[in-house]
Amino acid sequence: MESNLIMYEEEFRRIDEELRKLYQQANAKVLFLIDKNGQLIASAGDTHQIDTTALASLTAGNIAATGGIARLLGEREFTVLFHEGDTDNIHISLIGQRVILVVIFDKRSSLGLVRLRVKKASEALVQIFTEITTKAEKEKIEGRLEESPFAEISDEDIDNLFR
Amino acid sequence: MSFINYSSREINCKIVYYGPGLCGKTTNLQFIFKKTKPEQKGKLISLATETERTLFFDFLPLALGDIKGFRVRFHLYTVPGQVFYAASRKLILKGVDGVVFVADSQLERMEANIESLDDLKINLAEQGYELEKLPCTIQLNKRDLPNVAPVKEMTAILNPNNIPTFEAVAVGGAGVFETLKDVAKRVLFELRKHY
Repeated sequence: MESNLIMYEEEFRRIDEELRKLYQQANAKVLFLIDKNGQLIASAGDTHQIDTTALASLTAGNIAATGGIARLLGEREFTVLFHEGDTDNIHISLIGQRVILVVIFDKRSSLGLVRLRVKKASEALVQIFTEITTKAEKEKIEGRLEESPFAEISDEDIDNLFR
Repeated sequence: MSFINYSSREINCKIVYYGPGLCGKTTNLQFIFKKTKPEQKGKLISLATETERTLFFDFLPLALGDIKGFRVRFHLYTVPGQVFYAASRKLILKGVDGVVFVADSQLERMEANIESLDDLKINLAEQGYELEKLPCTIQLNKRDLPNVAPVKEMTAILNPNNIPTFEAVAVGGAGVFETLKDVAKRVLFELRKHY
């Protein structure tokens, strides 16, 4: 069973920084980082026109389906998906078996450039996510997570959500 | 697998509606979508066939409010119920935090209910989960139809572990929010246990 993903301010800032760098270097329109279960982690560029929650869920479904096909064919995973449109293209890559990087770009960039830059950024992102996992495990062992806001959720808190 | 983001102060949980074909999983989501305030919901996405049977999944994001300063988001998914979509069902269960098992109360669907529940257990086990240890709620749907099995009988067959059970008529909305609220509660209490 996978452990829960916990993101703190510091790691979030580093991820954000990596995405911004990639956004510029790849000449992208928009970037998303999504966890494999379909939850949006971070983004860069103009996301206003896009339903990011839906995009995250559909992308994760896409990656999951592709992963299923890969296993049928005896491959461990297909790590890159590319969809070409009339104006926009989308490059989807699986990073460190855990998160999905989505790059949307148009004719101001090219598939070659995006692939090259994504590869570089992936290495940095894998490093950050490894640190996040290590940190969460360490804190769990040390019992530091007790301060979590969820330690004291009451029935009333939950009832209030449904009013 | 929930996602807790201390930076944006959000928590995301994944709830999957499971059950045999035509038991009303999509109908549950449609009713929730219809009755939720616009600011609390995202788009309802349905990847369905031309005959409106679920092909891959339905997806409805809900942000009902805050708990202790954290925005609580639930991502509701359905699976395709038809037997031959087994591979897709497995994928959707990945990273699940809570399950609603929607049973079809009609007598002739009892076997399909049992088969689907077994399928759920097998698919969860493949990912290292046990149904008994996962936040789960059972919904006995279609209680308005004439040929339904008695609740007692259905509970004995589908629910030997005494998981909370709700009677529902998802088409009209009866029992839909009661079911959602119960599973949401269990998911959040589970988080409390682990953190």
